[in-house]
Amino acid sequence: MTRLALIPLLPLAGFLVNGLVGSRLPRWVVALVACGLPAASFALTAGLFRELAAGGTPVTETLFTWAALADFRVDAALCFDQVAAVMCLVVTGVGSLIHLYSVGYMAHDKSFARYFAYLTLFLFFMLLLVLGKNLLMTFAGWEGVGIASYLLIGFWFEDGEKNAAAMKAFIVNRVGDTGFILAAFLIWFFAGTLDFRGINAFFAVAQPSAAVMNTIALLLLLGACGKSAQIPLHVWLPDAMAGPTPVSALIHAATMVTAGVYLLSRLNGVFLHAPAAMTVVVWGGALTAFLGATMGLVQFNLKKVLAYSTMSQIGFMFMACGLGAFQVAFFHLFTHAFFKACLFLGAGAVIHALHGEEDMRRMGGLAKGMPFTFLTFLFASLALCGVPPFAGFFSKDEILWSAWSAAGGSPALWLVGSVTSGMTAFYMFRAIFLTFFGPCNAPEKAREGIHEPPPSMAVVLGILAFCSLAAGFIGLPGFWRKALGFPAPFYDFLAPVLGHPPEAGGAVHQAELPLMAIAVLAAALGIFLAWFCYSRRPHWAGKLRERAGVAHGVVSRGYFFDAVYRRVVVRPADWLSEAVLARRVETALDAGTLAKPVDGVNAAARLFSRLQTGSVQGYLFYVLLGLALILCWGVTHV
Amino acid sequence: MDRYQFLVALAGLIFAMGLLGVAIRRNLLVVMMCLEIMLNAVVLSFVTFAVRSQTLSGVAMTFFIYVAASCEIALAMAIVALLVKRNGSLDLSAHQDLKG
Repeated sequence: MTRLALIPLLPLAGFLVNGLVGSRLPRWVVALVACGLPAASFALTAGLFRELAAGGTPVTETLFTWAALADFRVDAALCFDQVAAVMCLVVTGVGSLIHLYSVGYMAHDKSFARYFAYLTLFLFFMLLLVLGKNLLMTFAGWEGVGIASYLLIGFWFEDGEKNAAAMKAFIVNRVGDTGFILAAFLIWFFAGTLDFRGINAFFAVAQPSAAVMNTIALLLLLGACGKSAQIPLHVWLPDAMAGPTPVSALIHAATMVTAGVYLLSRLNGVFLHAPAAMTVVVWGGALTAFLGATMGLVQFNLKKVLAYSTMSQIGFMFMACGLGAFQVAFFHLFTHAFFKACLFLGAGAVIHALHGEEDMRRMGGLAKGMPFTFLTFLFASLALCGVPPFAGFFSKDEILWSAWSAAGGSPALWLVGSVTSGMTAFYMFRAIFLTFFGPCNAPEKAREGIHEPPPSMAVVLGILAFCSLAAGFIGLPGFWRKALGFPAPFYDFLAPVLGHPPEAGGAVHQAELPLMAIAVLAAALGIFLAWFCYSRRPHWAGKLRERAGVAHGVVSRGYFFDAVYRRVVVRPADWLSEAVLARRVETALDAGTLAKPVDGVNAAARLFSRLQTGSVQGYLFYVLLGLALILCWGVTHV
Repeated sequence: MDRYQFLVALAGLIFAMGLLGVAIRRNLLVVMMCLEIMLNAVVLSFVTFAVRSQTLSGVAMTFFIYVAASCEIALAMAIVALLVKRNGSLDLSAHQDLKG
């Protein structure tokens, strides 16, 4: 077995140990297994990554033949190419850090081992998704992370609301998965292969027809929308915040929700030949980015602000994918994983200090009690807002530049992106001012317990905050590359799989600097407004809310997506299954197909049991009768 | 009618008598005796055919049949003893619990 196969198998071993015998092991052993194996996996990934970066060829490994039919053969194979390498580093790196953080966060939970078993199980499936060489392997991982997500959202299963949130996430994802598997059927039908490289190579030379390509791409997009919480399948993500906070950081911010972007990038060969679907990807992403940001503006739950922010940022990544700038989307995915995980973990530290309080209206003034957490949260927020020189600035700016200059882009798209990034800055700093500044609104009892997180959590916050600051420098935008003479190792590394970033002509590059300045100004304006409304004149926020009236109501109810789904999907389905199928169809069906035959069998049994008299001589009489009949027959016929 | 025909007819008659006894008698011991009568009828026919064909196999069969019959009666008498112990009666109609 090579190192490649060990990368996903080590977390699987961790799951088996903690899941089967974890409850009987001491906590430190559980924690050691849970942190050690993902870390080993990360070390293996780093080793393979170094070989790949030094000019090595992508590693592939076939574990076994999964299915072999007449003209259909699928191997359980792993592939470690450039895209998978980057994603794998993020998953194992951030994953290991969050396992470490969880040791502190979940220290007092009674189901310590079960939690880590689920979390490492998630890691296994996510690595399967990332490393899968063909669509089927990726689909297996894709479904697996869905299960792990379900298990972890509903981790505190005694709470009915959390169970409902878990089921909602799972069921909404089914819709997307249907799209995924239909797309896989179509790809198999036309291309005759499920291997990623084979698919891209096939569609590069022979496209069936525009309609077919668009259908495949849109079905894939549906799958990606479900997993990545894009409109219209985004409704599960805010509810998914019911899970433990490290879970939100790992699954619902850094890794699983970006699987949609990963899928789009992997199958770029399909999307590049489906122009109509690409337009849908672009504007769907832009719409999600915009609406997500507006919903983030009005939330008071700290984790939900971050959830809507995640949705909005993934909207940005989809936008970049739709513009054909897959490597840019990937760069944003990369930086986003660090700063969003850092934000969630910072929020987790706050929630931990306040004993489970998530409402920002009952926080405030925490910067004094937990300065380190505040500092890391601030760093990550600045990265998210796109303030130079933090990581988010470089990645988001490159997306905005693509929106302006790429073939499918337009000034309107750029404007939507810029307004969204202004709103991003506003809601993040609104959260910061409500949480860390102003008077402390926590109840007296909770106020005493405010403390910095334990070392295992603080270390993780520090590392992620550092990455939020530094991760951007490996992928400088085109303008900076030219001005500073810096290379962009990130883009160069991904180029063999995703192609080079779309380079515009020199003349157009002139526009890049002003556009960048405007985006930074938008962010600064957002920060300033947040400071003004929530710190300088706190009563303004309430006034503004009243002035907005109906608009505020619409936005804070999430644009009625949930209400519409309840009316259009949930209630009719309930009615159909309860009133029609259960009461009418099933009872009639039971009476016809079950009750009647059962009566018949009963009657027959009663009839034949008469023969069984218990008298031996009676039986002998039957035997004689039979013998006589045989003899008669014999005499007449032989 | 030569003597072979007579002997075979006699065997058939004894067999029929035994069968009739098994079928209609109510006393367990008598039923067992009738079973033995049927076996003896079969042995008689074997011997008859052995004499007629001047071979030994029919005669040899007699011994096997008596071995089987003695084993069978040993088992059967044990069962009869248990049944009598249980119900205190030799009457067959007292042993009709196994019915549907």
